[in-house]
Amino acid sequence: MRIAACIKRVPITGGRILLTDDARAINTQHLGFTMSPHEECGVEEAVRLIEANKGDSVVLTLGPSEAVEQLRDAMALGIDRAIHLQTDGQEWDAEATAGALLEAIRADESANGPFDIIFFGNESADSGGFQVGIRVAYGLGRPCVTGLKKVTLEGSQVRCEQQVEGGRDVYVVPLPAVLTVKEGLNLPRYPSVPGKMRARSKPVAVVTPSRPAPRLELVKLAVPAGQGRRAESLGSGAAAAQAVVEMLQKAGVL
Amino acid sequence: MSVLVLMEDGGPSRQTLTLARKFGEPRSVRIDAILPFAPDALATALAQAADEHEASAVFAAGTERGNEVMARLAARMDLPFAANCIAATPGDPVEVTRLRWGGSLLEEARLHSARPLITVAPHTVAADDGPVPPEVDLHHPHDRDMTVRVSDHVEPSSAGVSLAAAKVIVSGGRGVGSKEGFAIIEELAALLGAAVGCSRAVTSAGWRPHTDQVGQTGTKVAPEVYIACGISGATQHMAGLKGAKRIVAINSDPQAPLMLNADYTVTGDLKEIVPAISAEIRRRR
Repeated sequence: MRIAACIKRVPITGGRILLTDDARAINTQHLGFTMSPHEECGVEEAVRLIEANKGDSVVLTLGPSEAVEQLRDAMALGIDRAIHLQTDGQEWDAEATAGALLEAIRADESANGPFDIIFFGNESADSGGFQVGIRVAYGLGRPCVTGLKKVTLEGSQVRCEQQVEGGRDVYVVPLPAVLTVKEGLNLPRYPSVPGKMRARSKPVAVVTPSRPAPRLELVKLAVPAGQGRRAESLGSGAAAAQAVVEMLQKAGVL
Repeated sequence: MSVLVLMEDGGPSRQTLTLARKFGEPRSVRIDAILPFAPDALATALAQAADEHEASAVFAAGTERGNEVMARLAARMDLPFAANCIAATPGDPVEVTRLRWGGSLLEEARLHSARPLITVAPHTVAADDGPVPPEVDLHHPHDRDMTVRVSDHVEPSSAGVSLAAAKVIVSGGRGVGSKEGFAIIEELAALLGAAVGCSRAVTSAGWRPHTDQVGQTGTKVAPEVYIACGISGATQHMAGLKGAKRIVAINSDPQAPLMLNADYTVTGDLKEIVPAISAEIRRRR
């Protein structure tokens, strides 16, 4: 069995987002980075499927040279190897990202055979375009099911549960397929120390796609106004309990 | 000029109409026009309808389904797609403002496209109260577009108060300290008839199931009162709180982002404060 997981490197934004001087990016000077949360679950699912069925697992990302950190994180969880579509740090729009990933996946498949499942996050934490996985699926001519909270292999098919209001909708599609997943699909493991050691020597293939002119072109970013509320202190410690209960009564919930 | 709008029941589609009307005379396709729900078939039907009616743009609400169908339409027609917009101005290029980071950041962007594909972020634009646009006739779906279709439905297994619909939520963060630490959160929630929520740090640690998580990658909530205990208030969490009417923050750090973004604050150790609130409620009964 062959499984791929596509991930994105995003900053850990903390409490307040600061922008660069030209307002075209988040000021990440004092921020750490991680893989986008939905995708972390895609990686975990890929590792579990290969543990259960044997085979080859690959993690792909399009991002700056530093994104190799997130590729190593995925390999520390158990992914076998990585493909890094390296950029110069400029933002790529979703359409261009999908195009480059499609090309890299095709190249790997022509050498090693088709992936049974390719996992994507349902949407990235930062730009939230809701489309990269779907575009890659259309490019490959494969079924794509989105927003998944549960994935079960059933022979040559995969049963998928998609979260909707009032429960879950079920889809059963033939493999190979492209699946976009959401956090809650599983609880990703913590990387073990031996896992991290092994990840250091796992292979990372680097390709450098050229960036097409974006058709969804970022002009600038802004922090929405009016986020700060004027907080009223109800006191401190256990002595504040009375004021809290009075507030709850006034709010009509008690 | 006509625009095509993918319509669902409820407010978000009426809000979508407000932006769509700026681009032309709306005609509609209902999201349940093809049953069972089959997003490829719906995208194909939209593409055909857009061509037949020479639609200058296609709109949908920025719901899960709206974004999904629009992304498939974009992939099928080889067009760019701007998801979760809060403003859009026709032109070449089309200027849009869209949400990033679950609404914690706004992006101004130019959409270079002969036929802009846009979804409108729910509850960010006033609803249109004009007539419902006429529905267009659709072709019968082709079998190959029915591979991806809903074949079954599973009811939610969790008992208790649903987070999304809860009037009151008592929520715990890393400050709760452990799985067992949630006993005092659950006790207060039971007294208030409230749902229990938590932050991403808590689900990542395995203290609570992901179904309890409030935030950008969890559930977006809209209670009358949200009581946040020991939650710092990262943007990930705040993105789920935009619909909360009143936020009460209980935290030992008065400078925690959630303390600065709350309506009411209590400073101190939640392990003393939360049981004291429960005791006070009991005392008054």
